[in-house]
Amino acid sequence: MMKLDPKIPPGPLETKWDRRRFSEKLVSPNNKRKFTVIVVGTGLAGASAASTLGQLGYQVECFCFQDSPRRAHSIAAQGGINAAKNYQDDGDSIGRLFYDTIKGGDFRSREANVYRLAQVSTQIIDQCVALGIPFAREYGGQLANRSFGGVQVSRTFYCRGQTGQQLLLGAYSALCWQIDRGQVIMRPRTEMLDLVVVDGRARGIVVRDLVTGRLSVHTAHAVVLATGGYSNVYYLSTNASGSNVTATYRAWKQGAAFANPCFTQIHPTAIPPGDAYQAKLTLMSESLRNDGRLWVPKMARDHRSSEDIPEAERDYFLERRYPRFGNLAPRDLASRAVKAVCDEGRGVGPGGHGVYLDFADVLEQEGHEVVRERYGNLFDMYLRITGEDAYHAPMRIYPAPHYTMGGLWVDYNLMSTIPGLFVIGEANFADHGANRLGASSLMQGLADGYFILPYTIGHYLATATLSSVGEDHRESRAGLQRVTSRLGRLLNIRGRRTAASFHREVGKLLWNHCGMSRNEDGLKSALTSIPLLREEFWQNVMVPGAGETFNQELEYAGRVADYLEFAELLCHDALHREESCGAHFREEYQTDDGEPQRDDGRFAHVAAWEYRDGASPILHKEPLTFEFVQPTTRSYQ
Amino acid sequence: MKFTLNIWRQKGPDEGGRFVTYEAHDVSSGMSFLEMLDGVNQGLIAKGEEPIAFEQDCREGICGSCSLVINGIPHGPDRGITTCQLYMRRFSDRAVITIEPWRARAFPIIKDLVVDRRALDRVMQAGGYISVHTGGAVDGNVLLISKDQAEIAMDAASCIGCGACVAACKNASAMLFVAAKVSHLALLPQGKPERTRRVQTMLEAMDREGFGSCGNQNECEAVCPKRISVRFIARLNREYLRAGVVESSFPAEPESPHAEST
Ligand SMILES: Cc1cc2nc3c(=O)[nH]c(=O)nc-3n(C[C@H](O)[C@H](O)[C@H](O)COP(=O)(O)OP(=O)(O)OC[C@H]3O[C@@H](n4cnc5c(N)ncnc54)[C@H](O)[C@@H]3O)c2cc1C
Ligand code: SF4
Ligand code: FES
Repeated sequence: MMKLDPKIPPGPLETKWDRRRFSEKLVSPNNKRKFTVIVVGTGLAGASAASTLGQLGYQVECFCFQDSPRRAHSIAAQGGINAAKNYQDDGDSIGRLFYDTIKGGDFRSREANVYRLAQVSTQIIDQCVALGIPFAREYGGQLANRSFGGVQVSRTFYCRGQTGQQLLLGAYSALCWQIDRGQVIMRPRTEMLDLVVVDGRARGIVVRDLVTGRLSVHTAHAVVLATGGYSNVYYLSTNASGSNVTATYRAWKQGAAFANPCFTQIHPTAIPPGDAYQAKLTLMSESLRNDGRLWVPKMARDHRSSEDIPEAERDYFLERRYPRFGNLAPRDLASRAVKAVCDEGRGVGPGGHGVYLDFADVLEQEGHEVVRERYGNLFDMYLRITGEDAYHAPMRIYPAPHYTMGGLWVDYNLMSTIPGLFVIGEANFADHGANRLGASSLMQGLADGYFILPYTIGHYLATATLSSVGEDHRESRAGLQRVTSRLGRLLNIRGRRTAASFHREVGKLLWNHCGMSRNEDGLKSALTSIPLLREEFWQNVMVPGAGETFNQELEYAGRVADYLEFAELLCHDALHREESCGAHFREEYQTDDGEPQRDDGRFAHVAAWEYRDGASPILHKEPLTFEFVQPTTRSYQ
Repeated sequence: MKFTLNIWRQKGPDEGGRFVTYEAHDVSSGMSFLEMLDGVNQGLIAKGEEPIAFEQDCREGICGSCSLVINGIPHGPDRGITTCQLYMRRFSDRAVITIEPWRARAFPIIKDLVVDRRALDRVMQAGGYISVHTGGAVDGNVLLISKDQAEIAMDAASCIGCGACVAACKNASAMLFVAAKVSHLALLPQGKPERTRRVQTMLEAMDREGFGSCGNQNECEAVCPKRISVRFIARLNREYLRAGVVESSFPAEPESPHAEST
């Protein structure tokens, strides 16, 4: 029977983390090198963890499927990273960052975790500056800040529109240092396809060398998953094409609980979808909402071009609905507001899937140069993709699947329900509740990797008794066997449909029935359609080529196969949660004026799902208790 | 729109490659170049044939994965963008387009259009970092860095490690890449302590990996998707000279061994 013990230290919020660190057992410096740790993933979470563990003296083996750790999906984050530095003296504090994050997540995350995140946030910036990250500066030489959706202080640090890139390159360079020293063995172009569990503990992974196709098992004393989010399950998303659910999903099948999978965030500002061939949705950074105003025509099906619509006939719908936050309303509210006006037939552009994001005011007040300096690269990107110049006509934007708050369940020590399996960054469910505030993911990835996991994993290694496990262990061979037969099966179907066509179909199902808003009928119909689609996949997919070679289509088909199972788990979770909170909007549960209605009495819990072979997953609940903040209605009006 | 594509196909590193011609039909002008190739691949897979292998991930011009030489130019005809940011509206209907992999001794071909760029990582591992422990960094505002200085550092730091500069250079030199890295760190106070060693070990690693020397042709700058300026190569040379001076305490040669005059 699965037990969910969050292991939160008792006592005052402010000292929980200090006390945990003090009570942790340490591994003595000489013993550290006797321990090996596997880190899967080299995004902000994985690279920061692997480099810090290496620095501490552990032997680390680190994996990613890209050709270089520097290409992990984190590289694409644009807007910035939050920290409660209060350099602006605008009333920010650890307490406020904590409160904003808990409230932004609609009171569906743990107080203790979120408080710790806010606490270490200040250290992250210092660490990143020390690593040489060229943050934006004021003329006086101090670090500059901007503000992001859902908050009223300016606490976001940034590197132009390339913050994720610079933070990742910082973590990557720290990783390079450890690779140079021999503390980390880096294995790029290697995909984890299963987890090896021995005596109930995570002891290794099964991987495929993506160049030669060779399968092998790597064992260690502990395994860290830092494999990112799964919003590519929707087919069209803002994620990199390679982002996937495979590693966490396979760990789920080996016994790790999957928490809150239905908490998937739809970001309000992406370039609208075009034709059927489209492979991805490109995010336009949230920071654009600092200066851009969202509007649609007041009249439905108004086909005049934007400049022909007079001021009086425009509806600045976010400013109207959320006067205090206006265009900076949090993502979930903004996304649904966009959907609502488009559903009313007031959307603009092809198919009516779009609203205007207008920079006319700021261009007039502050000038072209200022706007170019702030957002130039985004405007260039927009021009290339759409062929339109946003300096002259407003941008068109539409929501897109983006960040996933759900992930493997972890306790306060970032350990999953499988002892020895740690999960960090977007791959875990921990800190954002039902909705993530902008600029908080980079913060969490680095907090986990630089400052939290390295302590908690030490305690595990110091206290667990671990037998020696190698690649010839019975469980290792069983893992290898599972992967071999699965790949063999995929290659032998030789059907008539491509993996992409299945991916597109399951994505559409999810978007329609488990997207920005959900209802019981839709979810139930998705739950009948998904198994049928999956069945067809296993009979009719075409995977050309062979296993023991470089075979991109085989990689992709394997990931799609996992999506086809995972999509069902996602809908199960959405169906069980009979309330609206954050990114999860159940149409049955809304107030008269269309705002989401939370149900703290029944749903103030983490929904953690346990895998059962051949049967429906079992739901376990971790109750969320609020000792330090009072859950309030999350009003931004 | 319709296109005729001449694409380099090569089964593996040790096999010979050749151009194969494909037709791309029903292409719309709003498609990206990679989406156009996706379309061709979907057709091939449906017939049970192996799709054309090429690399991509973010499709946003930032990860540095995509790497096609299009009509002889790395990342294609537009300046300042990556292949994934190229849209078909840039081509005229019925055009013939040639697609090849990055070609350089240091980048062996893995399959079709995919090459092995790990040499760039090994150059980074030879000193392209600041050694800093995770514990107890000082407050970020203790080090004041002027806005201008931070901006130039950021210009250099925005290199995406794609290797187009190498592919465009007739000597397959990685000077622009190394220059970007070295300059970024040398421009910031945090990078100063390791400055001497860094430039030396990175340049040594660059030679060891089989990258050629810089011929001052500026081909690299012309194809760089992030418009990294060749001025950083001049800065790299100065850093290298300076390192020589620091090492030997003697005036260095007036000419850097890495810059041949042409
Ligand atoms: C366009 C965009 C803009 C964003 N902007 C911001 C922002 O401004 N601020 C912010 O805070 N957040 C932002 N985010 C969110 C943020 O970028 C991500 O949540 C975060 O980077 C995730 O980091 P990670 O380390 O957890 O995972 P990732 O960076 O996704 O890394 C995953 C790693 O796991 C590896 N991997 C995955 N599966 C396997 C496997 N099976 N085997 C081997 N390796 C595997 C991959 O190779 C990769 O190295 C943005 C996201 C997007 C898409
Ligand atoms: S310098 Fe430019 S071309 Fe060379 S690797 Fe960097 S981004 Fe690519
Ligand atoms: S695919 Fe990432 S830069 Fe082109």
